Amino acid sequence: MASAAVADGRSVNQAITKPPQSLWVDAWHRLSRNKAAMFGLALILLFFFLAIFGPMLAPHDPLKINSGKGFLPPAWMPAAWVSTDNVGDPQFFLGTDSIGRDVFSRLIYGARVSMVVAIIPTIFITFFGILIGIVAGFFGGTADNLLMRFTDIVYSFPDILFFVVVMFALRDTPIGDWGNGLILLFGALALVNWVGVARVVRGSTLSIKEKEFVEAARSIGTSDRNIMQKHILPNILSPIIIITAFAVPRLIIAEAVLGYLGLGLRPGTSSKEFFVTSWGSMLLEGQTAINAQPWMLLAPAIAVALVVMGFTFFGDGLRDALDPRMRGTG
Amino acid sequence: MARFLIRRLLWLIPVMFVVAIITFVLMHMAPGGPFDKDPSQRQVDAVTQKALNAQFGLDKEEWLDFAALSKGDIVGFFDTQFFTYMIGGTVKGQWRCGFICGNLGLSFRQRGLTVQDIVLKPPEGKAPWDSKAGYSLRLGLLALFFAMLIGVPLGVVSALRQNTPVDYASLFIATSGVTVPNFVFGIFLIIIFAVFLHAVPVVPTSWDSPLVWILPTIVLGFGLLAQTARLTRASMLEVMRQDYIRTARAKGLGERVVVWRHMLKNALIPVVTIMGPALAGLITGSFIIETMFAFPGWGRQFVTAIQQRDYSMILATTLIFALLIQIANMTVDLIYTFLDPRIKVN
Repeated sequence: MASAAVADGRSVNQAITKPPQSLWVDAWHRLSRNKAAMFGLALILLFFFLAIFGPMLAPHDPLKINSGKGFLPPAWMPAAWVSTDNVGDPQFFLGTDSIGRDVFSRLIYGARVSMVVAIIPTIFITFFGILIGIVAGFFGGTADNLLMRFTDIVYSFPDILFFVVVMFALRDTPIGDWGNGLILLFGALALVNWVGVARVVRGSTLSIKEKEFVEAARSIGTSDRNIMQKHILPNILSPIIIITAFAVPRLIIAEAVLGYLGLGLRPGTSSKEFFVTSWGSMLLEGQTAINAQPWMLLAPAIAVALVVMGFTFFGDGLRDALDPRMRGTG
Repeated sequence: MARFLIRRLLWLIPVMFVVAIITFVLMHMAPGGPFDKDPSQRQVDAVTQKALNAQFGLDKEEWLDFAALSKGDIVGFFDTQFFTYMIGGTVKGQWRCGFICGNLGLSFRQRGLTVQDIVLKPPEGKAPWDSKAGYSLRLGLLALFFAMLIGVPLGVVSALRQNTPVDYASLFIATSGVTVPNFVFGIFLIIIFAVFLHAVPVVPTSWDSPLVWILPTIVLGFGLLAQTARLTRASMLEVMRQDYIRTARAKGLGERVVVWRHMLKNALIPVVTIMGPALAGLITGSFIIETMFAFPGWGRQFVTAIQQRDYSMILATTLIFALLIQIANMTVDLIYTFLDPRIKVN
């Protein structure tokens, strides 16, 4: 199509830029050309794949204790720097932990917790954030004031501190027992983070509310609910997507930090459970063995860094792609 | 201006109260602590238990004393555990001031010491900045200086030489600082420098030599460094395109003068405004780093208190951190009005 336009004798500028199509198609084009964002997406998909198909990919049972083979270094270490009796066993790719469990398999199973943390609390955060943000922004008045004061209060808590306090306080209660403490973790994470989404949604709603098409819809008698659902919500999706994409790395980091402090997931005991271990717990175990087998600590640290990097790059790419000032480019 | 200040200060009070209520509620929901009877602790006999309860103020109602209200005792209505802790109450017949006077309560695990003693008082015969709070403050300030000293020039140079290798290098540093979480970065550095290279001990025994301070400072400050570099770069880029810069050049001013006298002052406004919240964030977020390096600071005390279930320590630390953050957020608005004359406070 471009060559035909040039052959037509029109100016080169017109030939290079295509006319803008819908917002989403344009955004997708820009996103797919962004190498960093695609790299991030690949990382995310890789870890989701590991999380779902973990049992088939992990070389060993993550809970199987191989007695006598504790603190083995990774397989590529011909001689350990700790002592020459501990040589890398090719069977255990990243070595073993203090009681002989394979680090690599535990890493793969640990991806499950992080990936689930990326999904489930995010769904709640997005749902409640959108709901309350739109209602507060649309109706204004007392509902809006309440929301703003409430967000002030939530923001004055340093968020890690709040998670720590909640997990600490409720760990030994019955709620803390559901799902080995995962439900409590999700609840705490969701409780704090929905506020950020609500604020952004409220701001966007306020700016959309005054536009003419909303006024037109109101003048033909569209109900409030329909206005919010059909007119406001589709137009504020871009900032919602972006803020959700940036919330996920914070959730994953929060899980890792809480696990490192000993406040996260309780370690699983039977291989029938879905969530056997988490990267946070592995960080805690690895910290105590930092001289004996550093890879117990390095492996989950690198994994967390990779996943967070993936989501952050993808989020950056989304933000650039959905930027309305760049319409018609890319 | 003064009205704005006063209004912001007044908002502190209800917000802090709600924060205190939430924290109190959470503390009370945890089973098996000094707020209930602690089954795992050695059981003291009843008389001692009663005396201890009276001393801690635990024999009072938790929130509001309705029994006292029914007797028409308004003061007694508010003489409960919550209000005694926050404002003050009668303990053993005497009025004692609470949180707002700086009395943070007795530590439940380190019997005999008050929280403010543990945190603020230095060990015997040492200077005030050898206390736990002093150590954390020093680390926070060092990390702030490190981040600003390196982050700002990095951002400036990156903006002035946009799209050159220097720009790409600094963007890489900035991006990795923002994407890699700071404790992961800390783990990497510890493993490289302490375990592989043996340049620093994994857990330092003495914090007197400046060498052992380097690693914690870098780890704590790197995230802020990256943010500062990104912010400075974006701000400089925006300032560079302004008309008054073009005017300055048209007047014939040398490039260096243009940069130093006109660009920098305006570009640094956003950076200065974030210094307050950044410092507060460093101090309140440092407990992971402090745990990792076994740093004798406030944050590590907080983590220890969690593991030992020392309720008053956790409560006091949470409230103080929340207060710090509120005050720091307030400084942003204040500094902004001073620095940018175009902003008027309504």
